[in-house]
Amino acid sequence: MNPWTFFLTHRAEIFSATLDHVTLVLIAMAFAIAIAVPLGLFIVQHRHLRSVALGIASVFQTIPSLALFGFLIPIPFIGGIGRRTAIVALILYALLPILRNTYVGLTGIDPAILEAAEAMGMTNSQILLRVRFPLALSVILAGIRTATVITIGVATIAAAIGAGGLGTFIFRGVAMVNDSVILAGAIPAALLAIAADLLLGQLERRLKVV
Amino acid sequence: MNAKPEAPSDTVIEFRGVDYRINDIPARPIVSNVSLTILRGETIVLLGRSGSGKTTLLKLINRMLVPSQGQVFVEGCATTESDPIQLRRGIGYVIQEAGLFPHFTIAENVGLVPSLEKWDSTRIAARVEELLQLVGLNPAEFSTRRPRELSGGQRQRVGVARALAADPPILLMDEPFGALDPVTRAELQREFSSLARRLKKTIVFVTHDIREALLLGQRIALLEAGHLVALGSPKDFLRLDHPEVRKFCACLDPSEGAYK
Repeated sequence: MNPWTFFLTHRAEIFSATLDHVTLVLIAMAFAIAIAVPLGLFIVQHRHLRSVALGIASVFQTIPSLALFGFLIPIPFIGGIGRRTAIVALILYALLPILRNTYVGLTGIDPAILEAAEAMGMTNSQILLRVRFPLALSVILAGIRTATVITIGVATIAAAIGAGGLGTFIFRGVAMVNDSVILAGAIPAALLAIAADLLLGQLERRLKVV
Repeated sequence: MNAKPEAPSDTVIEFRGVDYRINDIPARPIVSNVSLTILRGETIVLLGRSGSGKTTLLKLINRMLVPSQGQVFVEGCATTESDPIQLRRGIGYVIQEAGLFPHFTIAENVGLVPSLEKWDSTRIAARVEELLQLVGLNPAEFSTRRPRELSGGQRQRVGVARALAADPPILLMDEPFGALDPVTRAELQREFSSLARRLKKTIVFVTHDIREALLLGQRIALLEAGHLVALGSPKDFLRLDHPEVRKFCACLDPSEGAYK
């Protein structure tokens, strides 16, 4: 069966796997942003925690993704087979690019602007929220964009621990030695990544100041 | 704690035996043993080469820096004893390249301190309009623009307007016209000198340009390697014998004579 015929005959199944995949990525990204951005804001004001936070986030990135999914299975509450474990792994994976960009964006601001803000009697938190954060937004978004693209790819592996998504076709295709089945998962995943990249890139340019 | 008892209202800023060292390392202070009294309503210029400590002296006034030794008094109160946020809101600050917030409109930039001070929005809008007019910018044209849409000279005018927003009695200016082209610089210097006379504020102006110092200062304080080495009105200053004063004065002559 050629890939196109397979795609047509299984389109309902592929569509629902794509939806599962998107849901997985959206949930993971929402948590990753909710953790990494405030953490980035926090480590800008508590610099001694910077290397610790960035170090831990980097460690997660160095663990091979398949191994990370495996490691999480035996852990109580967050572990086990299924979607919850997969989401936890995806969050851990997405943290670093967002955290790093948040930190870099917040600290890479023209010193003259920060000097003026301080001299005008803005408090540290006013400087952080009204000056640093809006000026760092496009850099933070660039981190979110990188993390989203990575997460869309890594989420295909989530199928290995029974979390569903487009990876289901890829694993099935590998087992069946059938390229058409692999492509039925791989092509939509690649398209999703490209779409997310373009969309977030557009937003990033819009938020860019100067 | 208190200003000199004999003339409490005339002294606005006083440096009393001030040393400043980075990280309090004893070797080579940035500022050493500076004592200086700045009077209400005067424009005093801190003149010196790069690294002479003039910007450091300026930042000691609004507690961006704290003396390693000695004390700085603003309105009779030691800066180390006062709340830095309140202190700074009462002192206007203008720097080179203006340091405007690129994500704010011109009106938001100018109205920042009033908004931090929680003025109501109609009062802020009126004040912003008044200030833009004062610095020679048409409010209707400039209010909604962003700093990147302005020329260097226009940005610097906005910087001055922003510093004046909450009507602070003291204005600190750190080489505000240093990055401008010579024609724009001369234009702004002229306008600013007439503005300064009208405003009756205490102005501390940092520059390395002797011409600017002579044009704007009622007194000139010369710094050399962290020491205050000369102080006087422009007329007196030109006649002083100190070698560093002579070097600065020498910068005036050759260029004036060059095209004669």
